Amino acid sequence: MKGSEVRVENADKKFGDFHALKNVSLTIGKGEFFSLLGPSGCGKTTLLRIIAGFEDPSSGSVFLDTTDVLPLAPNERHVNTVFQNYALFPHLTVFENIAFPLRLKKLLKADIQEKVTHYLQLVHLVGHENKKPNQLSGGQKQRVAIARALINEPSVLLLDEPLSALDAKLRHQLLVDLDLIHDKIGITFIYVTHDQSEALSVSDRIAVMNEGRVLQIGTPFEIYEAPADTFVAKFIGETNVMDGVITAHVDNRYTIDTDSLGPIMVTSDRYFEVGHRVRHAIRPEKIDITKEKPLGLPEDFNIFHGKVSETVYSGFQSQFYVETDESPQFKVYQQHESYLERGPAIRWTDEVYLNWDADDGYIVELI
Amino acid sequence: MKSRSGSLYSLPLTTWISLFFLVPMLIVFVYSFLARETGGGVRWEFDLSAYAEIFRQTASGSFIYLDIVGYTLIMAVSATLLTILIALPCAYYIARSKNNTLLLFLVIIPFWVNFMIRIYAWVAILGQSGILNESLLAMGVLKEPIQFLFNDYAVLVVLVYTNLPFAILPLFTTIEKFDFGLLEAARDLGASHNRSLWSVLLPNIRGGLVTAVLFTFIPIFGTFAVPDVMGNSNVFMLGQLITSKLKFTGDYPMACSLSVLILLLSAAGLVVYTVYNNRQEQQHQVVIAEDEL
Repeated sequence: MKGSEVRVENADKKFGDFHALKNVSLTIGKGEFFSLLGPSGCGKTTLLRIIAGFEDPSSGSVFLDTTDVLPLAPNERHVNTVFQNYALFPHLTVFENIAFPLRLKKLLKADIQEKVTHYLQLVHLVGHENKKPNQLSGGQKQRVAIARALINEPSVLLLDEPLSALDAKLRHQLLVDLDLIHDKIGITFIYVTHDQSEALSVSDRIAVMNEGRVLQIGTPFEIYEAPADTFVAKFIGETNVMDGVITAHVDNRYTIDTDSLGPIMVTSDRYFEVGHRVRHAIRPEKIDITKEKPLGLPEDFNIFHGKVSETVYSGFQSQFYVETDESPQFKVYQQHESYLERGPAIRWTDEVYLNWDADDGYIVELI
Repeated sequence: MKSRSGSLYSLPLTTWISLFFLVPMLIVFVYSFLARETGGGVRWEFDLSAYAEIFRQTASGSFIYLDIVGYTLIMAVSATLLTILIALPCAYYIARSKNNTLLLFLVIIPFWVNFMIRIYAWVAILGQSGILNESLLAMGVLKEPIQFLFNDYAVLVVLVYTNLPFAILPLFTTIEKFDFGLLEAARDLGASHNRSLWSVLLPNIRGGLVTAVLFTFIPIFGTFAVPDVMGNSNVFMLGQLITSKLKFTGDYPMACSLSVLILLLSAAGLVVYTVYNNRQEQQHQVVIAEDEL
């Protein structure tokens, strides 16, 4: 494996009064596509800059495999970065930009030509080598930045919100390209983003960060299906959150008396005691919405009655905001394929029934 | 509707430049080709003797005027180089500082004091009983005062001092617009700190560098007051030579031919730069053509 393991131990960073990183520890495996996900100011970029060598942590350590890299300058680390604003050298052509690291190493002209051509092919930029950066589109600039960062054959590639300046469609395409490149060259990718859908779609694992802390590290599936706390649950995807007190439990089946909906049933593998106050969450796409009261549901399904207060049509799905008898608003997403089979379309002010399996609900945390 | 008032609005500027810039230039140019009137002024007949005089060689084989031109060039080039070398880190620091308004203010403050007073202030610093000598004597470094004045070094020091703001300001303006993220990118890609400044910062602020060189070289090349006050009275710079021709010998054609020479030499620098720039661009296109084959 060409990639390196990256180990961050107890990294702490203060900028004056601002505590950017609070005792962050994580280990990123060789060849992993690892995302640092969080809102702006959460410390993800600071952590990336510490790994790259542009910032020193106030305390803590960073290892690449077994090497302590903190004493090393950025140019001495076997790590390269794709910058958010591309950071292409405006006075150099595409070819010269990509060749920059090789010329620093004083490689032979023929070797440079060969390597640069190889990487131009990798990022589909053959034919653009003599253009200056200001003659390129955003997507092309980003691909130059990727080729330039890869040509030194780093063992870790750092990507600092590389797609944030691009429009949605291009972003998706480049994301797929990045994933393919990662599969092809097999080095470790550390990808910083505030966009949860980007992180979910390509990462092997994700670290969700907020206010300088790592809140949860896990696979996209784990992060989405079993968020570690309220912040993660709300930041990743949409969710309906209800607080309540546990009134009964049999094995892993709990009954919660929620403040907004009354008693609901939920399955949890974690242990809670009767009387504990907890936060319950249910994803909008896991709720079934019908005009007729559903009959013959298993007994561990939750059923509520409500009225559609808002519908949002977005092509592949519809989003409904439902006012239940007690709770103000409930988000429900319905995919259109099955929704059309289900009979008449649900419209604004329709009376509806919501139901979901207790297994799909989730107890986030004690509160 | 397209306004035709543009020429009207630019009329004051056109008049001003014509009256006080083009007309004097024309007078200087014409006078340089006229004959000298004994006792001052010109005689209106075509005469190239003022130009011939520039290239005149004495019996002993030395060039009176060309030697002065050479000396002036050496002084101007040295002073310009020193000025740029000091201004560059200074401008870089100001551009990266949070207090750049204050620092720029400090750069500009000396302009509030009259130019000649600032030059004589240097006499007060460097003179035999000046601050520098007094301090060195007090510290015991010197036993007797040294004459710091009236030599080329004193001229260089004061030339650099008076011209620094003219180099710092254009450099600051270009460096401020420079994306410092590019330096991080260069470091990331394997460049040392100095290498990143050399291969990424300098090429991207070339415009500011050229302006700074022109803004310092051209005034220094024609300078009069600084070498007159600070310099060795046995050697002349071109500016002093022209002044003496006007003031003491009344040799107008000579003063004018020397002025034309300064103009041509200064313009030559610009031409060389433009040609060099164009050639680089052409070479670039050649590379493109080769690659396309």
